[in-house]
Amino acid sequence: MDFGLNENQVILRDSAREFFAGECPMAFVRRAAESATAYDAQLWTKLAAQGYTGIIVDEAHGGVGLGIVELVLLMEEAGRALLPGPLLATVAMAGAVVDACASPAQKQQYLAPIAHGDARSTLAFVEAASGWDRAALQLTAKNGRLTGEKLFVPDAGVADTIVVVARDGAYLVDASAPGVSITPMAGMDLTRKLYAVSLTDVPAERLDAVAGLDRALHIATTALVAEMVGGMQRTLDITVDYAKTRKQFGKPIGSFQAVQHQCADMYLETESARSAVYYAAVALKEAADDASAAVSIAKLYASDACRTVGNRGIQIHGGMGFTWENDLHLYYRRAKASETMLGDATFHRERLARLVVDARAKTAP
Amino acid sequence: MDLNLSPEETRFRDELRAWLETHTPTDWEHRRDASIEQHFAFLRSWQKTLYDGGWAGISWPREHGGRGASLMQQVIFWQEMARASAPPMANVIGLGMVGPTIIAFGTEAQKARFLPGILSADEIWCQGFSEPNAGSDLAGLQSDGRLDGDHFIVNGQKVWTSYGWAADWCELVVRTDPTVPKHKGLTVMLVDMKSPGVEVRPLRQMTGESEFTEVFFRDVRVPVANVVGKVNQGWDVSIGTLMHERGTLGAGMQVTYQRNIERLIELARTIERGGRPAAEDPVIRQKLAQCYAEVQIMRANQMRAFSRISNSGVPGPEGSIQKIFWSELNQRLQQIAQELLGPYGQLEASDPHAIDHGAWSYGYLRARGNTIEAGTSEIQRNIIGHFVLGLPRSY
Repeated sequence: MDFGLNENQVILRDSAREFFAGECPMAFVRRAAESATAYDAQLWTKLAAQGYTGIIVDEAHGGVGLGIVELVLLMEEAGRALLPGPLLATVAMAGAVVDACASPAQKQQYLAPIAHGDARSTLAFVEAASGWDRAALQLTAKNGRLTGEKLFVPDAGVADTIVVVARDGAYLVDASAPGVSITPMAGMDLTRKLYAVSLTDVPAERLDAVAGLDRALHIATTALVAEMVGGMQRTLDITVDYAKTRKQFGKPIGSFQAVQHQCADMYLETESARSAVYYAAVALKEAADDASAAVSIAKLYASDACRTVGNRGIQIHGGMGFTWENDLHLYYRRAKASETMLGDATFHRERLARLVVDARAKTAP
Repeated sequence: MDLNLSPEETRFRDELRAWLETHTPTDWEHRRDASIEQHFAFLRSWQKTLYDGGWAGISWPREHGGRGASLMQQVIFWQEMARASAPPMANVIGLGMVGPTIIAFGTEAQKARFLPGILSADEIWCQGFSEPNAGSDLAGLQSDGRLDGDHFIVNGQKVWTSYGWAADWCELVVRTDPTVPKHKGLTVMLVDMKSPGVEVRPLRQMTGESEFTEVFFRDVRVPVANVVGKVNQGWDVSIGTLMHERGTLGAGMQVTYQRNIERLIELARTIERGGRPAAEDPVIRQKLAQCYAEVQIMRANQMRAFSRISNSGVPGPEGSIQKIFWSELNQRLQQIAQELLGPYGQLEASDPHAIDHGAWSYGYLRARGNTIEAGTSEIQRNIIGHFVLGLPRSY
């Protein structure tokens, strides 16, 4: 048993950090935020060249065959850099579902292009009245075709294929098929664009091994939490730097306990969220008994913590923190969108209660 | 990262689990000892049982009576203790703080003399750090140690001394050079609590118990041979002890919290709210789940800290987040218990209507001290701000 990173994992993390620092500086993020899709084809090619688009795809399908822990380390660095575009949607959401639920032929057709960087994909889940509750989904395939609307679909505007989770299973849809209509939704997060995906009698290819869907969604959720942790870390770093240099009353504001203690709380929340997501990753990797609970624990904690870390960071910046010019609001916007994505804290607390309160009631005498 | 146990770790776990199955006292949580002394005697005999089985101080090196357990074996140890609902050990200060301090800074003679008694609980230890005018500002302490031949003559007063009423020995920090800056003139020494001039007075706390004491030293003679580390370099030794305190207390706490949250879940199934079990009330469910999650995160934080210590060899200032986390979590946990129990939450042990023999009213009051003892939450946040984040000193 070991809860530290091994040498290869440290190398992966450090090289990802270096890569994003070079390829995804804040000036780039701001340009992406102001664009329609927040997608940059050149950057995508470079991400693929690094092997990041195929990080969890096995080598037989053109990936590098690494595990969930490595995915978490990559997404943490992506989150730190506020990486715009469809990496999470393609690799950790759609990619994880296809990887877990597709037949060998489907994997060859859909997973290999993702790994190679030739295709982008996303996951369509939420409906008007469903939230992230799978049991509340209405959309159902009829004769291999889908008709209905999915909302809050990340990066659908640049997706080649869309993985649609329906009441009766998961389906692959060609984003350019007739009957597919993709409309931007004006979300708060400028760096991850959301879309409404309307389907009218669209041919859909069923993913047969749907039993793997829960695990795939767990992987997606864990990757998202890792990205949130990266954002929290960057918010903390920016804030601590500011508290060291900004002077009032002749002293750095970081010397005042009212400020310092907020920074300490940001650190505590960031580190705790990181511990939670690392644990979830390793529990998933090993299919531990508590893996499902661990994912909800990570998401519920990070959903609250990413908001409070952002609140504290902006508060410490004072008026400067409230400006458009300061980068913090870009992280703050992402944090809010991520807070609800794949289930907010309330959702995951209830889910955890089913696992640890109700299950106990069933097994107890 | 790997949760799988190595063959060696599996052997360790299986051996411990089998041992705990036959040796752990049952239903001890619900027995209510007449006095804190009686309860302590029970914990002391439990530690002796662990010691005889080779399970006390497992992290200590083999040559000092431990098992040289790896940090991951320690994680396993606490997990198994939790799983078995085992009681805590009596000599908490000795095992977690004084022992490791003696191992790190003590002489060979000190190691030989003191370490076995710590493990067996034959000698209970306390820690003489805080004073009436030196709490958070520990380095401002005024207890005075004056060299007289091969002895120090110690005068002064310590306060908030846990287990002072039970202690045979004290790890004491005193000022031995008042002429230098405050951090530079301190010395740590091991004091026999039966020495002439040592007076222990119970300090009654808001729970009604006297878990803590005040200890007065009047012309107490302490052999120079009992100095730990070097004379006037006691600050480094003290900090070493305190870092162990921050790092190690949390590991034991996790056992208690896991048991408590599981007990709350159990209670929620039987307590009715609006004609149905509280466990079906959506608000209660949210709170139980949040608390359950935080207990697991505390464990994950601990595991990461252990991995970090494995690399660096010493607990760092990051241990302060453990202290903040366990202390504030316990206050939240106890508040949830109060909300769940409603008016019954306030009942103390003597009341026949009390739930779990008044454990929750006691727990609520006792938790209030958690964010003050072992370094206040404010001091822990100062430590994180300055030593971890590199912010300028605030005081």
